[in-house]
Amino acid sequence: MSFGEQLSTLFDTYNVLGAFWVNVQLTFWAAIGSFIIGSVLALMRISPVPSLQFIGTAYVHIFRNTPLTILMTMAILGVWTQFQLQLVSDFKANFFIYAVIVLAIYHAAFVCEAIRSGINTVPVGQAEAARAIGLGFFPAARHIIFPQALRGSITPLGNTLIALAKNTTVATVASVAEASGMMKSMIEFNSDLIFVIFLIFAMGFVVIVVPIGILTTWASRKLAVKR
Amino acid sequence: MNEALVQLKSVNKHYGSLHVLKDINLEVGKGEVIILLGPSGSGKSTLCRTINRLETIDSGSISIDGKILPEEGKELANLRAEVGMVFQSFNLFAHKSILDNVTLGPRKVRGLSKTEAEEEAMALLRKVGVDSQAQKMPAQLSGGQQQRVAIARALAMRPKVMLFDEPTSALDPEMVNEVLDTMVNLAREGMTMIVVTHEMGFARRAADRIVFLANGEIVEQATPDEFFSNPKSDRAKDFLGKILNH
Ligand SMILES: Nc1ncnc2c1ncn2[C@@H]1O[C@H](COP(=O)(O)OP(=O)(O)OP(=O)(O)O)[C@@H](O)[C@H]1O
Ligand SMILES: [Mg+2]
Repeated sequence: MSFGEQLSTLFDTYNVLGAFWVNVQLTFWAAIGSFIIGSVLALMRISPVPSLQFIGTAYVHIFRNTPLTILMTMAILGVWTQFQLQLVSDFKANFFIYAVIVLAIYHAAFVCEAIRSGINTVPVGQAEAARAIGLGFFPAARHIIFPQALRGSITPLGNTLIALAKNTTVATVASVAEASGMMKSMIEFNSDLIFVIFLIFAMGFVVIVVPIGILTTWASRKLAVKR
Repeated sequence: MNEALVQLKSVNKHYGSLHVLKDINLEVGKGEVIILLGPSGSGKSTLCRTINRLETIDSGSISIDGKILPEEGKELANLRAEVGMVFQSFNLFAHKSILDNVTLGPRKVRGLSKTEAEEEAMALLRKVGVDSQAQKMPAQLSGGQQQRVAIARALAMRPKVMLFDEPTSALDPEMVNEVLDTMVNLAREGMTMIVVTHEMGFARRAADRIVFLANGEIVEQATPDEFFSNPKSDRAKDFLGKILNH
């Protein structure tokens, strides 16, 4: 079989693009979720309230240091199997949502740290000037600190997004039919095509991840705050 | 002196074991211009910053127009808006245009509409002579222009008193006067001002009263004429000797 024939055999038998599309969707929703949770965590960590600081710090340390596979397994075996907590009636969608939630919770810890590194690039004087014109903690955070911090954290946020895109493969643990799961069955049933199989999935992730890197590098330059 | 607009009563502050403000009593009348002088580390900045609670105090009280500054919360934010502050390093909001720097406070704190705020802001920028730069970003302006914008930004909150902490120390020499002139005009218009500066010419010209601080204590208070020609304390004599001889 020629290389082209091998490719078409695999693409005819498997819905490769469909599987990658699942990874893209997981990335998209988990990115939004982790960004929201991560922002709230960052806000807690810089807040003047010690108990909130503690919660933020504890969250980051717990989730950053727990392997994602274990979190995913715990969510499925623990929450799903034990409590039968069905989030939506559709069985497949239910697992998809579980996977998104776990991915969001896990990556929120990294988003929080990325934003915090961005906050550290904002000079103290900015916050003082904001307070001096009468802005309280939230308005100052919203209008002055966060917008500048985000621009300063585009690169680490991009790195987190890249890690997230690749980590969506862990959703296979939650029986979500995504690319890495498909790769396993390809290897099982078409082991003679192993080289092409690897190539397909490596390239697939390159296609997803490289644009993220290019985009964030461009954005971090374009949006950098000039001081 | 008229009724006191700013009143500090027995204010004490420590940084750890360092006693930075020692039993400070100070009254500033409406329209009065106070210049704070003193050697480096004497607590001038700290005193300024406590007046709008950028720094907390350990004991004593600070009141603005009869209202005692609360510890924290929304009420404090409101009272802070009544005290304008100009920093040595300008601290313009780096991601916002000049116009947005000036309109932010009026819109978010005073609740003005965008149009109202922009109208007021343009008038203030005109007053400090940087209205032609309104659409630029802070980094595109010279230091002197940035500092004048910072003054306009503080004025946009209609403060009762303005604090200046070494507003010209970070400027190139040729830009010092444009900022000092803006401040002199402000003083002439009757603004109550507390200014930390090393510009002795300005102190002579604009001050109603010199307050001399050393080691966290108010050592001497006098009119500029009195203070510069006839300082009473040894520490003030020593300080003036060092400053005026170079
Ligand atoms: N955040 C801080 N933590 C600990 N010590 C501080 C802090 N800020 C100031 N100090 C100390 O408090 C003292 C008074 O400082 P302050 O900045 O008020 O002096 P200053 O009169 O403004 O001096 P300068 O003319 O150098 O600006 C100094 O000894 C300084 O080292
Ligand atoms: Mg100082």
